[in-house]
Amino acid sequence: MDIHKRWHAPLLSVIIFGLFLGIWYLATVPKEAAVIVDEEYAKLVGAAAATGSKTAVPNPTAVAVKLWEHIKDPFYDRGTNDKGIGIQLGYSIGRVLVGFFLAAVLAIPLGFVIGMSPLLYKALDPFIQVLKPISPLAWMPLALYTIQDSNTSSIFVIFICSLWPMLINTAFGVASVRKDWLNVARTLEVSPLRTAFQVILPAAAPTIMTGMRISVGIAWLVIVAAEMLVGGTGIGYFVWNEWNNLSISNIINAILLIGLVGMVLDAILNRLAKAVTYKE
Amino acid sequence: MTQNFLMVQELAKSFPTANGKPGAPVFEDIHFSIQRGEFVCIVGHSGCGKTTILNILAGLDESTSGVVIMDGREVRGPSLDRGVVFQSHALLPWLTTLKNVEFGVRSRWPDWKASQIQAHSTKYLEMVGLGQALHKKPSELSGGMKQRVGIARAFAIQPKMLLLDEPFGALDALTRGTIQDELVSIVQATHQTVFMITHDVDESILLADKVILMSSGPYAKIAEIVEVTLPRNRTRHTIHHDPQYYKIRNHLVDFLVNRSQEYAGAELAADYDPRHPPVVRPGLAVDTHDSANVPDKPTPHQPLLHAVTKN
Repeated sequence: MDIHKRWHAPLLSVIIFGLFLGIWYLATVPKEAAVIVDEEYAKLVGAAAATGSKTAVPNPTAVAVKLWEHIKDPFYDRGTNDKGIGIQLGYSIGRVLVGFFLAAVLAIPLGFVIGMSPLLYKALDPFIQVLKPISPLAWMPLALYTIQDSNTSSIFVIFICSLWPMLINTAFGVASVRKDWLNVARTLEVSPLRTAFQVILPAAAPTIMTGMRISVGIAWLVIVAAEMLVGGTGIGYFVWNEWNNLSISNIINAILLIGLVGMVLDAILNRLAKAVTYKE
Repeated sequence: MTQNFLMVQELAKSFPTANGKPGAPVFEDIHFSIQRGEFVCIVGHSGCGKTTILNILAGLDESTSGVVIMDGREVRGPSLDRGVVFQSHALLPWLTTLKNVEFGVRSRWPDWKASQIQAHSTKYLEMVGLGQALHKKPSELSGGMKQRVGIARAFAIQPKMLLLDEPFGALDALTRGTIQDELVSIVQATHQTVFMITHDVDESILLADKVILMSSGPYAKIAEIVEVTLPRNRTRHTIHHDPQYYKIRNHLVDFLVNRSQEYAGAELAADYDPRHPPVVRPGLAVDTHDSANVPDKPTPHQPLLHAVTKN
């Protein structure tokens, strides 16, 4: 019974995916009616689109063929607007990791201090509450103006959006360490530094990791939008560039890969979170 | 009385009310002392401040007024001289049993080598019967085993005094009995000075040399100090055969059920002196019947303290 049940969910997933592909295929079947609208218009937008014999949305096979092309040669570089999708994803992942890492370096120690000090917690709370809801993209013009470098500006935007979940979760995790555990450290005359690293840090680690997981998720959401704005390189720029090329196949493939990379980033953080989780 | 190991004088504690003003004291005028090697239980209803008193002794909490002097020094803040066993066992859940004990041992003897710390910690865990569970996490242990780890951790730092905050409160009766027996044998072997909170009258008679009875709060005071006059080699299986046992037990239960409320506020007996709360020995009361329950009738050969201070 249990063995059967274990296969139920994946089987259902496959069926749902098959249904989705089927509907997609049927929706993109070319229509028979072939009325030439206008010779010049047909030249401009492509004969197929002009006749209406084919919708602009490609069918699953066309997308799969394009995907295979991308996978076969992900790292080619033929100039600014023609780079392999692997290179573009690499740029985006790199920016996310640098921004995320810088945010962690600031947010975790700062969150630790805020969590330990109720005074600082209260004093900094209004700033955090105001800064937290600001869309990271709103910082972009200010970043471009002051930093004057598009790549660094994207990293800054990632930094600023990764900061808050990690800061808030670290402060919360540190502030809500069980009083009993701190009392144990106190009665054993454990030094403040040892208490911080051997009691508070492991106690708050799961909460901190949750903050990091939220941060990396937001960072991956934001990088696409940031790169669309800034341009040049990255998967966000790739999507926008393919929109300008009206290559819907490429856009669909990019969307798929953005999702997969996001999933992998989350899975890595999830694995790390599991490693520091303890059962009470 | 100068060689008292622990002296508590004029202890009082009040918590601030919602508007920031100091509230009515939970307890006040608490005076008592503990001799070296003595086992003292404190019994009273919830809210009389037992845990607060223990936390003040531990240095985890501060009194509103009064002093605690241990071994000639005033207690200011926590110290390795006083080991605490917490009601909720308070083990660090991400560490194994052994690491939990080592955590304290390393603090006590920072110069020790890792192997030495491990050997010492293992010894104390074996003493509480956990030699097989050294590398288990607290979540894999039963409630009784967790509390044993807490006891091993407190004993392992070899404190001058042990403070137990209702350590067996959350355990089932069977487990509690086993651990009580273990505690009796360890305490008898080490001559450890112990201060323990309990709600369990039988437990206090089994373990204690004297039982401090607290009246109900607010304005809680020490109503009486009951000396448990049973011979020290008590065991759980034989203790109830001793004729003294039920006299003491009746006295304690009677206090908790009937008399603990009477001590609140101004209703105190005129001869009550908080510096020398009445000391009673119901176990030695000569009468056969209920006289054991009446503290105000001192036995002729052992005059009560409050009877003396009356004049």
